[in-house]
Amino acid sequence: MTSLAHTVTDSRIMITRCLRRSLRDPEAFFTALMLPVVLMLLFVYVFGGALRGASHSYVDYIVPGLIVLCAGFGAGTTAVALATDLAGGIVDRFRSMPIRASSILLGQVAASLARNLLATALVIGVGLGIGWRPTTSAWRWLAAIGMIVLFILALSWLAAAIGLLAGGPEAANAFTFVLMFLPYVSSAFVRTDTMPSGLAAVAAHQPFTPIIETMRGLWMGHTSLGASLGHEAWVALVYLVGILAVSYAGTTWLFRHRAAA
Amino acid sequence: MAHTVLRMPYTVIAEDLRKAFGGRPVLDGVDLAIERGSVFALLGPNGAGKTTLVKILATLTRPDAGRATIAGHDLLEDPDGVKRAISLTGQYAAVDDVLTGRENLEMMAGLLHLPRRTARARVTELLAEFDLTDAQHRRVKTYSGGMRRRLDLAASMIESPELLFLDEPTTGLDPRSREQLWGTVRHLGEQGVTILLTTQYLEEADQLADTVAMLRDGRIVAQGTPEELKASLGTEIVRLRFAEPGDYRAARGALRALDADAETGDDELILDVATDGTAACLRELLETLAATGAATPRVSTHRPSLDDVFMSLTASANLPPSATGGSAHSPGRFGRVANPARMENAR
Repeated sequence: MTSLAHTVTDSRIMITRCLRRSLRDPEAFFTALMLPVVLMLLFVYVFGGALRGASHSYVDYIVPGLIVLCAGFGAGTTAVALATDLAGGIVDRFRSMPIRASSILLGQVAASLARNLLATALVIGVGLGIGWRPTTSAWRWLAAIGMIVLFILALSWLAAAIGLLAGGPEAANAFTFVLMFLPYVSSAFVRTDTMPSGLAAVAAHQPFTPIIETMRGLWMGHTSLGASLGHEAWVALVYLVGILAVSYAGTTWLFRHRAAA
Repeated sequence: MAHTVLRMPYTVIAEDLRKAFGGRPVLDGVDLAIERGSVFALLGPNGAGKTTLVKILATLTRPDAGRATIAGHDLLEDPDGVKRAISLTGQYAAVDDVLTGRENLEMMAGLLHLPRRTARARVTELLAEFDLTDAQHRRVKTYSGGMRRRLDLAASMIESPELLFLDEPTTGLDPRSREQLWGTVRHLGEQGVTILLTTQYLEEADQLADTVAMLRDGRIVAQGTPEELKASLGTEIVRLRFAEPGDYRAARGALRALDADAETGDDELILDVATDGTAACLRELLETLAATGAATPRVSTHRPSLDDVFMSLTASANLPPSATGGSAHSPGRFGRVANPARMENAR
């Protein structure tokens, strides 16, 4: 077999392993699937009326925010999964074998991508089911999906870096909370201009906001903050490519140089 | 010695391996030579550097200095060659909890790039060999400690390695599982696999190893066959139990004068004296005791165990010269013995 064939085989095996692990953790899997559904219903029917006056239009507003929120939760899962593997010694075993070290990370990231795309599909499905009506073309749908894939990929590599740095599954778990709360301080659920001015400035410029605004613009035809779709999309792309590049490089470097305890 | 060119007699040769973490030396110049086909035990307390040494030899950690050749591959120049020659079984039994036993082995076989059909057949064979056939479709999470270790070993034997690392293979196992695992390791040894075993259990090294190296504070302080190491203490240990503290102290003083290195427990009135096992030596000992006027103690003898060697090395401030190269230092008529209270704790 060639070296490329080896890389492909190693990666396939690692991805299979991580997907199996995801499917066989019924509690985590159930939570990951319930979260989008419950949050969607909660925000639209419980808070939606107060936030937007009429709940049916609020669903048009929050779909991108919920996608980001659920992806943040999913990234936490990825960080914990990698930290657990490192702590358990199986990574040491893999690294003592003549295999591509990168395939170990690839397995986790690919499984993360699969889990989060499933959660995203649920958000979109439930949204459409309760009256979300995007006014858009097929091309814009494709662009939105491309943005989501890039976003989840960047977040998954970031999660892998955190998993390597955390030093243990518990510490990695704390990361979930950061990513779960960060979307609240963005344009995910309310317009940032309704916040106190200092907070609004932070909320408007943190990475999640342009990403959410781009999805919103692509689906609904207009953003919530008055900036043009093109502007938001550029800012989002720069953030995402930046996070992806730094996380990917950082993760592979950390993995190679991580001093064994 | 032309024959050694064709077939290297050593699977592992390491010279002056050093590693420090945060300025603290963990390995302080370790030399190793492990003969092909032998079982080599690295014995030492927690923190002695055993796991670090294994991680270095298994390519997981880079040494700060020193060099090593494993199965003919240079550790630093050709780590992939080393990886192809070794199998590592971890202290924590590095198998996947969530997968079944069979899935674990098939995963490892896949990573070794065995064709699928070959892999399946080999896995079936290994499951039978390691007595896991009935449990093959259960998740490893439900396995007992002993079953996990056996699966771990089976995973290491998919392609028979030139060097098998067993990092504390029986830590945390109940005595019965330990005996079972020892049987498995012996069986592997008989198949000619070179094994590097780390353990903190002296009995384990005694049971399994052809050669034992004692690691303390990052250095090998003694090395030899279990028999040689035990012989370094003398052939018989005479244990004297006293009834009165006064007698005990008098006897201790007299034995010091005799240059017999009697070790004692602080609370117990016990002296252990290593002897060469001759009647003359015993007579000298008893006459010396009688001369002190101490009430006759109760006397018992036992053969030294590796515990005694280990404890004497651990307990003594001035280490005896390390008996490297397979020949333990020659015992005097009286030798050093460990603190008996600690010996009893260790069992």
